[in-house]
Amino acid sequence: MARSAPSAAARMRELLPRIVLSPTIALIAIFVYGFIFFTTYLSFSDSRMLPSFGWVGFDNYVKLFQLRTWDIAITNLAIFGTLYIGICCVLGLSLAILLDQKIRAEGFIRTVYLYPMALSFIVTGVAWKWFLDPGIGLESVVQGWGWESFEFNWIKDRDMAIYTIVIAAVWQTSGFVMATFLAGLRGIDSEILHAAEVDGASKFALYRRIVIPQLRPAFLSAFVVLAHMAIKSYDLVVALTNGGPGTATEVPATFMYSYTFTRNQMGVGAASAEIMLLTIAAVIVPYLWSELREPKR
Amino acid sequence: MTLRPARLFLYLILAVFCVYYLLPLYVMLVNSLKPLSEITSGGMMALPGDWTTAAWTNAWSQAQVGVEATGLKPYFMNSFLMVVPAVAIATLMGALNGYVLTKWSFKGATVLFGLILFGCFIPFQIVLIPMARALGFLGLAGTVPGLIFVHIIYGISFSTLYFRNYYAAFPTELVRAAEIDGAGFFTIFWRIMLPNSGPIAVVCVIWLFTNIWNDFLFGASFADYDSQPMTVALNNLVQSSTGVKEYNVHFAGAIMAALPTLLVYIVAGRFFVRGLMSGSVKG
Repeated sequence: MARSAPSAAARMRELLPRIVLSPTIALIAIFVYGFIFFTTYLSFSDSRMLPSFGWVGFDNYVKLFQLRTWDIAITNLAIFGTLYIGICCVLGLSLAILLDQKIRAEGFIRTVYLYPMALSFIVTGVAWKWFLDPGIGLESVVQGWGWESFEFNWIKDRDMAIYTIVIAAVWQTSGFVMATFLAGLRGIDSEILHAAEVDGASKFALYRRIVIPQLRPAFLSAFVVLAHMAIKSYDLVVALTNGGPGTATEVPATFMYSYTFTRNQMGVGAASAEIMLLTIAAVIVPYLWSELREPKR
Repeated sequence: MTLRPARLFLYLILAVFCVYYLLPLYVMLVNSLKPLSEITSGGMMALPGDWTTAAWTNAWSQAQVGVEATGLKPYFMNSFLMVVPAVAIATLMGALNGYVLTKWSFKGATVLFGLILFGCFIPFQIVLIPMARALGFLGLAGTVPGLIFVHIIYGISFSTLYFRNYYAAFPTELVRAAEIDGAGFFTIFWRIMLPNSGPIAVVCVIWLFTNIWNDFLFGASFADYDSQPMTVALNNLVQSSTGVKEYNVHFAGAIMAALPTLLVYIVAGRFFVRGLMSGSVKG
């Protein structure tokens, strides 16, 4: 007995790290993977107001893709996602390059560019909602300054409202993209740049041929973050347009919420959540895979 | 100096963008300090003619947000009651996880880490339905503790990411040396790892604080009228269709909702940026 006691203690010592990790594993297993499984099941079920387990195969998916609102939602996501990622990258890269020219007060400027990232999308939504409101915001202000025919009522215009979401979202996140690229720029070996400059490369050529190609990792991480933010975007749409006018700015996230919780079509809602997950997974899984594979360094 | 005009132009562009980023903040601030009539008469960009903090008092303690006209104050408190425990627990668990995953690593640890990490990226829509059921089952539906619980679960992925990457660079020899000296698992954690985790703990706390404070989806899905966080209350205030739209009150409320995270950003911006950057996994 006396001999087995230390071995039990040693055993315990050996197991301790895994015991410490186990609550997390359990939580993630249930609340991430278990729940994904549950929702996946629901997407193949006849759930309406409450979860129900009658199997209906792909019916919900078929229904989903026949719905006009879903069609609007994914079209909006495509427009929003493309413009949002595109503009954020161009603006972020440009600002990063401009800020990388040994600017005085760089710290201050960086702080100003990045602070929107600390705000809630609801706050951003409220600010831009009223700023873009033709009745009191930009349009009325410019008209008040004497330019009577000035019009800017995108937020009330079915065809243009989605672009106001791009405007607000770009405002919020472009500073973050700038910071990502700036960090990338600072990581570039200055010797290479000097050598190229000595060889007589113009500043433009320098950036196009040497600097920007070296920013690939920064592009990649900016893309991954922006893409998954675009697909998840919900708060901003709710605060800015609440999906309107009509259903003009419906996106998958707002669609999922309303079909699941207010329209009592839980099966369809679950199917739409599934599509969102698969879209994000298509971006994230390869990324995590390549990042976590045996370190290349 | 032939460069001078170009340089001037450069500064001009940078300044224009400063204006662009600051404009909404300016709009919120000046209009929260005006009487409503000055906004509706087309003076949104002008400084207040008649400075008043009435909109602030109104938003804080009088505005009709839920059933009763309580202002945003109780919801502001809800957010704090939700954020503080959620951040503390998620950070501590993340630190322990990171410690195990790097210093007591085992076969399959990387795969496990990858699986945990995926939790950072899932669209939360995928868990809304089962989570609503689970909270009901646990008796936490519509309560602040329920929200704390949810935020801890989905915060762990981030805190684990931060600490795991930070501890990966921490010299393992120190841990092994302490082990030889007879220090146990927790002694090493408390005495060696934690005291050396200052920077990453700040990064992690700031990140979680910002994310949880700013969360809207979980608050909107799982809170009752009296447990709503600030973001949900603000949205209700602004979207409510009854009566006159009091823009000045909305702006004051928006600044209140923004203030905690904004203060954190101003005080510890450096760490905030680092937290953002660590989104790129290897950190």
